[in-house]
Amino acid sequence: MGELAHGAGGQIPAAEVPEMELPHPHGWWSTYVFSQDAKVIGIQYALTALAIGMVALVLSWLMRLQLGFPDTFTFIDPQAYYQFITMHGMIMVVYLLTALFLGGFGNYLIPLMLGARDMVFPFVNMLSFWVYLLAVLVLVASFFVPGGPTGAGWTLYPPQAILSGTPGRDWGIVLMLLSLCLFIAGFTMGGLNYVVTVLQARTRGMTLMRMPLTVWGIFTATVMALLAFPALFVGAVMLLLDRLLGTSFFMPTLVEMGQQLRYGGGSPILFQHLFWFFGHPEVYIVALPAFGIVSDLISTHARRNIFGYRMMVWAIVIIGALSFVVWAHHMYVSGMHPWFGFFFATTTLIIAIPTAIKVYNWLLTLWRGNIHLNVPMLFALGFIVTFVNGGLTGLFLGNVVVDVPLSDTMFVVAHFHMVMGVAPVMVIFGGIYHWYPKMTGRMLDDTMGKIHFWVTFLGAYAIFFPMHYLGLLGVPRRYHTIGETSFVPASAADLNAFISVVALVVGAAQMLFLFNLLWSLRHGRESGPNPWRATTLEWQTPETPPGHGNWGKELPVVHRWAYDYAVPGAPEDFVPQNEALPPPAHVAKGEATA
Amino acid sequence: MTIALLFLGVLAAVAAWWLARQGLTTKPWLETGPMDDAPVRGSMRVPAAKLGLGMFMTVAATLLVLLLSAYSIRMEMADWSPPPRPGLLWANTAVLVLASVALHRAARATRRGDREAVGSALLLGGGMSLLFLLGQLLAWRELARAGYLPANNAADAFFYLITAVHGLHLLGGLVALSRAGLRLRGAPIAKLRLSVELCAAYWHFLLVAWLLLFATLAFSPSFDWLVALCTAPFR
Amino acid sequence: MAVALILVLVAVGSVTFHLLSPWWWTPIASNWSYIDATITVTFWITGVVFVAVVLFMAYCVFRFRSRPGQRATYEPENKRLEIWLTVATALGVAAMLAPGLFVWHRFVTVPTDATDIEIVGQQWLWSYRLPGEDGKLGAVETRLISPENPLGLVPGDAAGRDDVIIQGDDLHLPIGRPVRVLLRSIDVLHDFYVPEFRAKMDMIPGAVTYFWFTPTRTGTFDVLCAELCGSGHAVMRSRVVVQSTEDYQAWLDGQRRFAQASR
Repeated sequence: MGELAHGAGGQIPAAEVPEMELPHPHGWWSTYVFSQDAKVIGIQYALTALAIGMVALVLSWLMRLQLGFPDTFTFIDPQAYYQFITMHGMIMVVYLLTALFLGGFGNYLIPLMLGARDMVFPFVNMLSFWVYLLAVLVLVASFFVPGGPTGAGWTLYPPQAILSGTPGRDWGIVLMLLSLCLFIAGFTMGGLNYVVTVLQARTRGMTLMRMPLTVWGIFTATVMALLAFPALFVGAVMLLLDRLLGTSFFMPTLVEMGQQLRYGGGSPILFQHLFWFFGHPEVYIVALPAFGIVSDLISTHARRNIFGYRMMVWAIVIIGALSFVVWAHHMYVSGMHPWFGFFFATTTLIIAIPTAIKVYNWLLTLWRGNIHLNVPMLFALGFIVTFVNGGLTGLFLGNVVVDVPLSDTMFVVAHFHMVMGVAPVMVIFGGIYHWYPKMTGRMLDDTMGKIHFWVTFLGAYAIFFPMHYLGLLGVPRRYHTIGETSFVPASAADLNAFISVVALVVGAAQMLFLFNLLWSLRHGRESGPNPWRATTLEWQTPETPPGHGNWGKELPVVHRWAYDYAVPGAPEDFVPQNEALPPPAHVAKGEATA
Repeated sequence: MTIALLFLGVLAAVAAWWLARQGLTTKPWLETGPMDDAPVRGSMRVPAAKLGLGMFMTVAATLLVLLLSAYSIRMEMADWSPPPRPGLLWANTAVLVLASVALHRAARATRRGDREAVGSALLLGGGMSLLFLLGQLLAWRELARAGYLPANNAADAFFYLITAVHGLHLLGGLVALSRAGLRLRGAPIAKLRLSVELCAAYWHFLLVAWLLLFATLAFSPSFDWLVALCTAPFR
Repeated sequence: MAVALILVLVAVGSVTFHLLSPWWWTPIASNWSYIDATITVTFWITGVVFVAVVLFMAYCVFRFRSRPGQRATYEPENKRLEIWLTVATALGVAAMLAPGLFVWHRFVTVPTDATDIEIVGQQWLWSYRLPGEDGKLGAVETRLISPENPLGLVPGDAAGRDDVIIQGDDLHLPIGRPVRVLLRSIDVLHDFYVPEFRAKMDMIPGAVTYFWFTPTRTGTFDVLCAELCGSGHAVMRSRVVVQSTEDYQAWLDGQRRFAQASR
């Protein structure tokens, strides 16, 4: 077996794998701080993202206080409110979700799941984290500069973003754009690493079709992000020049508060195209890793192979490709050429088909499974409910003519929070509960986990499901208060107050989660190497938590796909990927059912 | 955005071609063993660093293509008036060609193991690149002196922006080039060869990118039918 | 068991909320009832899918929950089932998309007899311009905007002399006559939004966008801004008064013309 050398995309027999030159840490600083070990970098990414996510959580509380009880909190004036929504949105989408899925889970899991010792460019990987941290610090700095952070909305549409009617026009917007540019630079360093690692550093026997779906999701999302983020970069740099040098890339001739400005001729729509050319793939950059991770959670905890693995892989790739030709569905009412509506509505609704296939396959994995309702599985179930709900309301907004009345209302806010806020966050929690034992050697506390799940899931659903109906009623988004209207009944204020109270409770439940993370570090039950009896390679490391270089002396050799659960004839109900047994009985069985 | 979409279309085609050779239709649950019987096609033994650079160049190309997309959309607006093209740009282009050729020779010299020739070629390539950057700065000064400032017209601003983005990429390349230069003495020849080859590939990329950017900046008004075709739907 | 029950409750609760919710769309006042119909179709299809998915999940959680000695069924895929589901999904999607595109075609096809009116947004004020007897709106230029000429009309243009300009007051429209609304902004993005009309569109500085509708119900309707336009976004309000043709004419006759105003 040792002599086969023609590996697809870098499979070489273990004997021939040139041992990676790992930079070995010397002392505390290079082990935990300036570490080049992907596992440490992944945890650094995750902790930074969770920390900045706490800021976003507090901002959402402030917003909900204002919306639920208008005129009660005098320190929340319209300017402050717009700053809150802007920072909340940007932090959640870019600095939390993107960074946590790709930088956090990606760094930790890719080398382990593929049987690699580390990422292929450890130094660049370390640099990626530090640039990300710098981006976060620049972003946080904008809270402390004169005028505060920008209040342009997370979409940063010009001309409004850089005119004086918008809060944070002097410093906030500049720091925001700089921070985004830094983030993109840092991400590109990490992203190149993840892609090349998947292509080149897989261990012997790990063909592409044997990769766990987690890796497929993160890999595809990373490729997409590498191609989509440049659009945001271009837009941000041009907007920065408009703001600082007075260029007119996006700025038309305009009269601000009675004053003729020097700008002229620019196209605000151009910015929107650039922004959404990034912004729509971004939705799937967050969703695809979530799809991948949740597939593995469901399969492991239902003790059943993921149903339709091939379809799942194809769907990930197809969704990734299609997501680049749907961006203008964010611009149906932007005044772009109306004939575009036909094209983009069609592509947008077509993307629902591969997405639906994924949902069916998750359900069919549960069906005839052996479902263990562990905390990660609960979060996976919560993900399916919220994702299906949010995905289906996406069919309203993607269908161009239905979007006309609903765009820019609370319906949109409810939709995207359900589908790319709550649903991916469910997966993040599920993933943390699932892999925490590998990272620390201890289990997270089960009771606290269950309380955390039920409050978060039911609470988030109670927040965002009724919110759709406010939008249907016609309540616009980005209003700090609806004020006097003839069409909003007084009962809407009660609903808003209800939503706010639930939001506070759900937010508080996250404190329990943070406490659990800390408490279990010391007091959690010892997990052993493979507490969930899972098949994938990260659970087969010689040490838990895995040591530097992951695999001890010899790299694992992969003998099978990642989903051999409940194989007929096998002694256990799971067969790890690196195990040569069982005998061909299951192959025959597999053919019979396929 | 049509240009960007076309570019992505090409990338998608490459990706599809590659994926089609990865056995994506196999049924992985039917195969056991360390892949002896797995369908293995298209062996692609490229050093990780080369693949990484290739990926990076793809990302950089995406960035430039998006800039060109923005350029083509913006030039359709009524106020567009491109600045005159400084004659110096022709000289700069020639200098960049020389830098690229020098690095190509350096790469060939590493294959022969001739460290001395590598050293002089790297020096020439680096020197020419610095000269190119200096020339670009002079072109900026020439334009600015003549009153073509970024705030005057978006066409002027695009000139500065696009040349700056290209120049910064070259500057980043120079950092890598100087690292290769440091390896000249002590490092084993295989390592030196890899570094120099990577630099050479990157310089060729930057040369091609510059030729395209230069053509756009200098001649785009003459292909207005093409521009109109590309931007019609996005106005 | 409890998990399955809660999942059932989520599905049932969502449907109950939908049926009993006092928060529903405002009574329509334009010709775009097609849009409402498309939304209704979409609600039916997506509602059925949602309930089916959640109930099926609840069933699986109940029926296949782990018990001692139980083992999952090994079944890597089932091509027929997957193809069948894909086709069903594609049909469902088509059932929503087809009416959607059909209505969108109407939405972007302005009837030839529509009257042009202009709505101008600025931070944070709505202005309106109606054509005079000639039925034409005069040319405008943002550079010409000044306190005396707030909408920037070109003074020499004959078509603009009889234009009616309304600033800081309600817009009046006659019932039953299609209008093409030309949208313009002089500073940032805005969006003219009347929930009862269903139709809306962003206004972009430096360009003119449009949409059309026919008012079908008399009354006074709130105008809001639906595109974030700075700190006064939420208070950028106005009203539209839809009147019978006679009332409208009487109101129009009382308005001053651009030529009179600028004199």
